[in-house]
Amino acid sequence: MRVNFTVNGRQQEADDVWEGESLLYVLRERLGLPGSKNACEQGECGSCTVRLDGVPVCSCLVAAGQVEGRDVVTVEGLAEFSKQREEHGHGGACGTGGGCGSKGVSLDAAKQWQAHGPNSELRSRAGDSQTGEGVELSNIQQAFIDAGAVQCGFCTPGLLIQADALLEENSSPSDQDIREALSGNLCRCTGYEKILDAVRLAAARQSEAV
Amino acid sequence: MAQNTRTVPAGTPTNVTQKHNKGGIGESILRPDGTLKVTGEFAYSSDMWHEDMLWGQTLRSTVAHAEIVSIDISEALAMPGVYSVLTYDDLPAEMKNYGLEIQDTPVLAHGRVRHHGEPVALVAADHPETARRAAAKIKIDYRELPLVTDEASALAPDAPLIHEGRDDHHIGHVPHPNIVHRQPIIRGNVEEARKRADVIVEGEYTFGMQDQAFLGPESGLAVPSEDGGVELYVATQWLHSDLQQIAPVLGLPPEKVRMTLSGVGGAFGGREDISMQIHACLLALATNKPVKIVYNRFESFFGHVHRHPAKLYYEHGATKDGKLTHMKCKIVLDGGAYASASPAVVGNASSLSVGPYVLEDVDIEAIALYTNNPPCGAMRGFGAVQACFAYEAQMDKLAAKLGMDPVEFRQLNAMEMGTVMPTGQVVDAPAPVAELLRRVKARPLPPERQWESAGENADVRALPGGLSNTTHGEGVVRGVGYAVGIKNVGFSEGFDDYSTARVRLEVINGEPVAMVHTAMAEVGQGGITVHTQIARTELGVTQVTIHPADTQVGSAGSTSASRQTYMTGGAVKNTCEAVREALLEIGRRKNGSYHPAWATAELLLEGGKVVTDGGEVLADIADILENEAIDLELEFRHAATEPFDLVTGQGNGHVQYTFAAHRAVVEVDTELGLVKVVELATAQDVGKALNMLSVVGQIQGGTTQGLGVAIMEEIIVDPKTAKVRNPSFTDYLIPTILDTPTIPVDVLELADPKAPYGLRGMGEAPTLSSTPAVIAAIRQATGLEINKTPIRPEALTGTL
Repeated sequence: MRVNFTVNGRQQEADDVWEGESLLYVLRERLGLPGSKNACEQGECGSCTVRLDGVPVCSCLVAAGQVEGRDVVTVEGLAEFSKQREEHGHGGACGTGGGCGSKGVSLDAAKQWQAHGPNSELRSRAGDSQTGEGVELSNIQQAFIDAGAVQCGFCTPGLLIQADALLEENSSPSDQDIREALSGNLCRCTGYEKILDAVRLAAARQSEAV
Repeated sequence: MAQNTRTVPAGTPTNVTQKHNKGGIGESILRPDGTLKVTGEFAYSSDMWHEDMLWGQTLRSTVAHAEIVSIDISEALAMPGVYSVLTYDDLPAEMKNYGLEIQDTPVLAHGRVRHHGEPVALVAADHPETARRAAAKIKIDYRELPLVTDEASALAPDAPLIHEGRDDHHIGHVPHPNIVHRQPIIRGNVEEARKRADVIVEGEYTFGMQDQAFLGPESGLAVPSEDGGVELYVATQWLHSDLQQIAPVLGLPPEKVRMTLSGVGGAFGGREDISMQIHACLLALATNKPVKIVYNRFESFFGHVHRHPAKLYYEHGATKDGKLTHMKCKIVLDGGAYASASPAVVGNASSLSVGPYVLEDVDIEAIALYTNNPPCGAMRGFGAVQACFAYEAQMDKLAAKLGMDPVEFRQLNAMEMGTVMPTGQVVDAPAPVAELLRRVKARPLPPERQWESAGENADVRALPGGLSNTTHGEGVVRGVGYAVGIKNVGFSEGFDDYSTARVRLEVINGEPVAMVHTAMAEVGQGGITVHTQIARTELGVTQVTIHPADTQVGSAGSTSASRQTYMTGGAVKNTCEAVREALLEIGRRKNGSYHPAWATAELLLEGGKVVTDGGEVLADIADILENEAIDLELEFRHAATEPFDLVTGQGNGHVQYTFAAHRAVVEVDTELGLVKVVELATAQDVGKALNMLSVVGQIQGGTTQGLGVAIMEEIIVDPKTAKVRNPSFTDYLIPTILDTPTIPVDVLELADPKAPYGLRGMGEAPTLSSTPAVIAAIRQATGLEINKTPIRPEALTGTL
């Protein structure tokens, strides 16, 4: 079958899609967007999380045919999505999720983790061909890098989508709010501490920027 | 351009100590691959794609131990879209087995399967679902054989032999052919020492089978090349070890198998063994088309080895003033159907079975069994993890029996620099065991019963049961537990453990640029970050390029055993030093006659310039090099080790020791048996933190894997069928962000003078003591004697 839908603001058409294919498969194998990850393909790990009409979903559990005419945002489009949201002024506000403004942390407090050691903003240039230097990142993407929340990075795309959706809903989440929001995303490398640091940092930077 | 190979032993003093360079060692610079990883651009092995590519699928055995009576592939072959179906009969070379140390693992089963999920046949098709359906159409007729599932059934007089006709180098010293390897260690006189004991405690402990559960599944792409060889893009921990195992079974010379490391989605030991590498190459060569294989999570549970489950029997004695008198133990590790890393796991388990304590009279025995259970091999901290769980339980029992504080008791018996290990090896670097314990104990405890004191801010999500809202504090009790552990760093027991680094220094756009080329597998640990830092420190440059890891450069050894920063970091340092010497030699030749300092002063490279010790600038690196490039590839070795004697266990078997301590604070809902780990504080000596941000990340990650095996993680193997019952993330649980507490980390930096920069391998140690600390805290909270890990609700409520 043929599936037409929008991915990261661009109209896409996938041909010869077998009815059993997931949205994850179509993104990765047919549209050249492998950023959404295939860690469990059973909806347990959250690595394949994308926004489907704004709602974070596990793309491995969505049949490709279900996205006909719908709007998908993947990690590849997160920076642009975030930028658009800022420009149209409907991001970063308190949603109905609750907890807004009550339990968040200040930027200084969010940077507590830096006390663990000297932190240089100096980024090395590495990778033989493509380094991603000069790429514009969203607040949450930059915070994940700065806080050391990325190790192997396989869980990162799903966590970024989920954390970005949390901060859209609740601009100053408490630690327990963050834990609850990210409880469907498994990470095996970090022990989650630096992921919490990253979300706190992104929230604090977001509130300073407002 | 010079390219040669030179071997320099570790710790060879150089006459120059480079001073601080911006972005060099000791700074928490950010990962060079960070941007690619947050934008989704980083190419993992499962992201590979090739025009005209086929998908490979493995058919695995549905039974654990059986004779294969017949295989019928005709229906599968006839399916539209199927290009190839391969079985044992199609293997192209005389060599049909592989293995890390013992080549006992068939590429595809031949006449017999020895464990549930063993590969039997391969399919290549134009769509992954077609390949799966075709594999399902292969008909295999099994005749089931009696099972070997534990020590009793493995060593029974009439036990079926898992491997008949063994000719490996362990068969000569094992008491039964179903034992892979046996390592005793005898020192002092346990019978005499026992007489001095005022108290004696015994214990029998069970450690469950843990899975590495790396998130990036086994995957890769094999592309046939025009010369009849193959290019393989894959996620692994050791490219050259893979290559040594792949080429012979393909019937190809190693130079025709060109391997490149793809993005690796975590490893933790689970990628030391071959998984889909050979299978993808076989299908690519058979079809003459690129073939991609990606395991799903179900298959991943069968596609790699697990942590050895173990039974551990311990006896310790102590005097009434709290001094250990003796220790006797037997450690039985279940290696499953194939050897994998079992011999090394036995070596670690036996040699580290005393823990970080002074014990002069010991009688130790460790064995690994061959059984029909899933093969077990490398996982973070192997051998030492299982032992630590048991000896730390023993320490608590002894302290309780003596009426002593468990931390003070440990400190009283803690090893230190100069302590003699049971193997006779002297600990020749700082061993701050007592200090690590002091640090975790001195940390203030998190407030008790926060749900009462926090008033309106009380958060039910922080309680046992969490989001399930199962308690508001009723039936919840707290416990605090401590543990400390010891792990070896690097490959031990006489293994020729080396790494290779190629460094090229040249001028690009007027600026000196260092290119670092190694075969080190970056699996997420941040090795490429520290290589960048080392090159900056040693060469005084800002720009460092990391070449992709491949087999065009010499071996880097494995990304395991906490060894890569020591070994490949050491290799990068070593090659950079040689490049620096070569640069200065060119400088002396060109400029030496203009300034006497070229001949007399100690020269350093800083900020792209050659400077004297006193800071006087002599030349720009760029001006010295001009159009020349310095390009060196050198090997680096740590100090040689010895095998352990097969009777006494004596020998200087280890390279370096590493230590961590944990304090766990738990709250247990005693009615439901639910455990909330409230805080898991740790202290660790890392010798020198090359990148503190990465060091802390490793410690927190390792700690969390230890927490997982304490309260939830276990591969359940049905003892009646030897089948795996929970191969999914629905049924095999790993800690989520809700299960994981705050992990405060205290890092000590006591230099080991023989290691590069004084560093200490540090990736595994946090996984050891985390588990026993959590279990000790649960014991204290509940008063239950817990001798098994993981401990689950049914065991805590007595409803098991």
